[in-house]
Parts: sequence; C-alpha cells; structure tokens
Amino acid sequence: MASLVSHPDEVKVVTKRFGKGATSLDRYLELDGYKAVQKALGMQPDAVINEVKNSALRGRGGAGFNTGMKWSFVPKQSPKPKYVLCNGDESEPGTCKDRLILEHDPHSVIEGVMIAGLSVQAHVGYIYIRGEYRYLSEIMQKAIRDAYGRGFLGKNIFGSGYDFDVYWHGGAGAYEVGEESALMESLEGKRGIPRIRPPFPAVIGLWGGPTIINNVETLASVPHIILGGADWYAGLGPPKNGGTRLFCLSGHLNRPGVYELPLGYNLRKMIYDVGGGISNGRNLKAVVPGGSSTPVLTAEEIDVGMDFDSLAKAGSMLGSGGVVILDDTTCMVKFAQRIMKFYQHESCGWCIPCREGTDWLKKTLTRFHAGGGTKKDIDNIQYLAENMLGRTFCPLGDAAAMPTISIVKKFRKEFEDHLEGRPCPFEKAGAVRELPVMA
Amino acid sequence: MKFSDQFEQRFTEMLTHYPTKRSVLVPTLLFAQDEIGFLSDEVIHELAGRLDLTDLEVRNVISYYSMLTTKPRGKFNVQVCTNIACMLRGADELFEHCEKKLGIGHKGTTPDGLFSLEEVECIGACSWAPAAQVNYDFHENLTPDKMDRVLDEYKKKGTQ
Repeated sequence: MASLVSHPDEVKVVTKRFGKGATSLDRYLELDGYKAVQKALGMQPDAVINEVKNSALRGRGGAGFNTGMKWSFVPKQSPKPKYVLCNGDESEPGTCKDRLILEHDPHSVIEGVMIAGLSVQAHVGYIYIRGEYRYLSEIMQKAIRDAYGRGFLGKNIFGSGYDFDVYWHGGAGAYEVGEESALMESLEGKRGIPRIRPPFPAVIGLWGGPTIINNVETLASVPHIILGGADWYAGLGPPKNGGTRLFCLSGHLNRPGVYELPLGYNLRKMIYDVGGGISNGRNLKAVVPGGSSTPVLTAEEIDVGMDFDSLAKAGSMLGSGGVVILDDTTCMVKFAQRIMKFYQHESCGWCIPCREGTDWLKKTLTRFHAGGGTKKDIDNIQYLAENMLGRTFCPLGDAAAMPTISIVKKFRKEFEDHLEGRPCPFEKAGAVRELPVMA
Repeated sequence: MKFSDQFEQRFTEMLTHYPTKRSVLVPTLLFAQDEIGFLSDEVIHELAGRLDLTDLEVRNVISYYSMLTTKPRGKFNVQVCTNIACMLRGADELFEHCEKKLGIGHKGTTPDGLFSLEEVECIGACSWAPAAQVNYDFHENLTPDKMDRVLDEYKKKGTQ
C-alpha cells in the first residue's frame, strides 16, 4: 500500500524485513523470525528484562520511558492474570510508522508481545489496532492464525511447556485511546476515558491485572535486541537513547517518507539530505519534531540530535517520530488553529481544563485567523494554554497546550500581522473559510 | 436481527478471547455497522442483549468513537484527512474539491445514496499526503484530478 523509500544513512533494524514478503510465516522464519522468542524461552525472565533495560530502548509511542524499566514494575506475584497490550492505535498527527510495521512485518510484533509476556510471566497478549487500519487488522489476524497453526502460540509454545495466547483487537476511531489507560478502557468495551494514575497499568491494568503496554515499534524492536544483544542496540544511538527509530518525514519536503535512522541523527541532515530539502525551492520556517503535540522548532533550531534527551534540552520532544516540515508560505496562526481543532475534536471531555481549554482556544484561534483578533487575544491564548499544562488526568491537555505555547512564543509577529481585521498574509484574498465565532 | 455467518463466527470466537463479554463491544459494533450500513436501534438492542448491557450503555460507547454512526451513510464514505501533514500539501483544497464534485458538505450524503463526505483527522498517511480513505481503502498522494478519477471509479462500481 504505502510506498517505501530508502536512504544510504538508514540503519535497518525494525525495517530490515520490509518489502521482503515477511507477512508470510515461512519467509519470516527464513529471515530469522521466531528465533528471539525461542532464545528468550531459555532465559530467566529477569534476564530478559535486564537485556531490554540495558539496550536503552525507550517507548516509541511518545513518552520515551525506558521499556525494560516499565516491565520491571510488574509485580512477580499477582492474584490476577497478567497481560501484555500492544498499542497500535497510531493517531498522532504526523505519524505513520506503525502502519508500515504492521503491513510488512506483523510477526515481529507478535514475537515482541510474546517476549514481553515471558519477561513478566504473562500468558495473554492483545494487539490493539485502530479501526481505520482495517487492512492491517486482516494482515495481523492472518499472522496470528498462522502462528497458532505451527504451535508458536497457544498451549506449550515451541514445546517449552509455556502457554501463550495472542489476540487481535480493533478500535473504532479515537485519538484519545492511544493513551495507555484509555486504551485499556476501550479494550474492555467502554468509552476511552483515561484512568487516574497511580495505580499504573503495570500494577493494576486490564481487568485489574498487571499489564505491560507498549507501542508497536517498541515491541517490534524487542526481538532484534534479544538476538543482537543489548550492547549492540544501545551502541546504535547516543547514551540512554538506544537503537534506531522510524522517522515519518512529511510536509513541505522533496522526499517525504518513513526512514529508519539511528537516534541522535542530526535534524538538519534529516531535512536537507534524507528528506531531499524543502519542496518548490522554498525556505524552511518551522519543524514539528515528533508529532503534533511536540513544541515546534524554528529554522534556526535544527542543529539538534534527534533523540529524547537532545530534543528535551532544545525545549521540545522526540514524541512519536512524526517530523513535519513547514516552509515559509505556511501561516503559523492557521497551523496552530488546525492543531487545536484536532485536540478539541479528540478531547474526551473528562477533565475540564482540556475540554474547555481546547474549545476556547479553537474558537479564539479560528476568530484570530479570520481577522477578528485583538492584541489581548495573543496573551490570552498563551495564558489559557499554560493553564492546561499538568492539570489533566492524561497528557491530551498537555499535547494541545505545548505546540500552541511554542507557536505563540516563537511566531508572535505572525499573530500581530493578523490584527486589526487584516486578512491572513499567507492566503489568497477570500480564501478564508472559517468565519469569526465572536466579535 | 440477522447478521452474516462470518459475523456470527467472528463474534462467537471473539467472546472466548476476553474474561468479560463487553470487551468485544467496540470491534463488534464496527463489524455490525459494516454489514447493516449504520447502527440502527435494532442493531443496538440486539448487541446490548447479547452482551448483557442496556441499550443506553451501548449508545454511550457509540457516541465516543468517530467511526461509529447511528445514521445511514452513503455506500462509499469519502473521508478526506485535513490534519497538519495533509493540510500542508493541499488537503483543504482537496476537501473543497470533493464538496463541489459531490455537491455535499461535511457529513452530507448524495441524494442517490452513493457517496458520503467527511473531513477526518489524521489517518496515518502523513508521508503520502494528502490522503483520503473511501470506506477502508487508502488513496494517497492525491490531487484534485486524481481524486476525480478515484471517485469516478467508485461511481462506476456503485452503479453497476
């Protein structure tokens, strides 16, 4: 479906089987498939956790928490069954990588779920795939059936005496469900409203049992770590930022696409070398480095390593790996408005700062972009967004506030250019669709 | 209330995957909608009964998920993504083009019942923007011309 691209700087770990027919179980086995889980079956659970911990693999969904550390929080003894839940609800704007993994290498995800299960002595894993990805659900269901057919799943896997089941689960359209506690609610057949934490899912998760929740890319990386070793994987990136990641390059680029690059890769090189530079000979204005919820970087801030710690130091986040490039024809007010429209649509309405904040911000930004803004609005937008930070049960409120704050701070002049009823300087006359919502 | 054999088979199998019955609800609602076209009162009542839920509890879940609908839609639901990555590559213009071509707006349905149109949030096709989904099929790297061809194909399929 989605076309593949490549670049000489790529380090293919998770993508190494892409385009090689690995959806077929036989082909996957030829390409070292299901070797890692067999190796893990011969290891002590704690040794598996330590291997993943030492590999410095950090969550690829957005939060960037050390994966092995997350697994180590699961209690050894539990009266309730333990679970592994793979998060394939990929919906962060700018992100389209899990889709490729599920399309080209579904067995690696199953294998990652199995290894995670072994490490905490769980016996059931679920792979949750967003409803829009119907064709990927079908690929995954077939992969699971095939694995059962060979005795890789079910009772006594690989003759080890260990039982492990993997099931597919589907969503029906909700960004919020990508948040781990909302994901569990959705899997339990409810509205995707986040749960109050603590307790964290590792202690009380699905149906009250301890649950490991990881992103598709995170779990697909695990078999490679078990086979290649923690040192090798950690050495691919800078300290504490192990391995590679799938960067989804989009926006005003000559060669957009999903590229697997080592963590720490220079953003300038990523834009001008890997992505082929800005399209139509235009200049760079801004970069969204890790999906729509991460603070934007200006054209002067792109000499930064694309890893969790370097971007945090630069005042942004690596997030989900969605790198969106904006050229100098982009109206930042319109961009901020579109981001807020998204978060307003997706807010579940549970926490008031998020429900009301996103709605007011959307209304204000829409009015502002249409020429109905006042000078006071600029500070109000900032004030409202800052007051959403850290005041909601889940990170959706933060996700809406962070890019907004950064855009107002870094592109204040563009807001001022919209004042006094002036039409948007970046749009053709009459092209403004949204009307002011209040005077 | 009659669903297809495939639906029933999948429903029975999925019930064995979870410790609680209601866990099958979200994917099952989508499968039911795919067969019936929308989640009618009858479908809601039937599924609620099977899962030991009240109709209201099922409606409560339906209203949360953007893909689920209690109103009939066209045979082909054209979902144009206008989120950031698509917007930067002309998604607003593409959506307007669809509005004109089909003569309907956001969440509208053509009088012949063939097409519905929807402006949707990120569908995970950012690197191949702008993109749209018609029912479950992805169409990527779109232009107004390419969109015309896509819609014409569906029209042909729908009127055959």
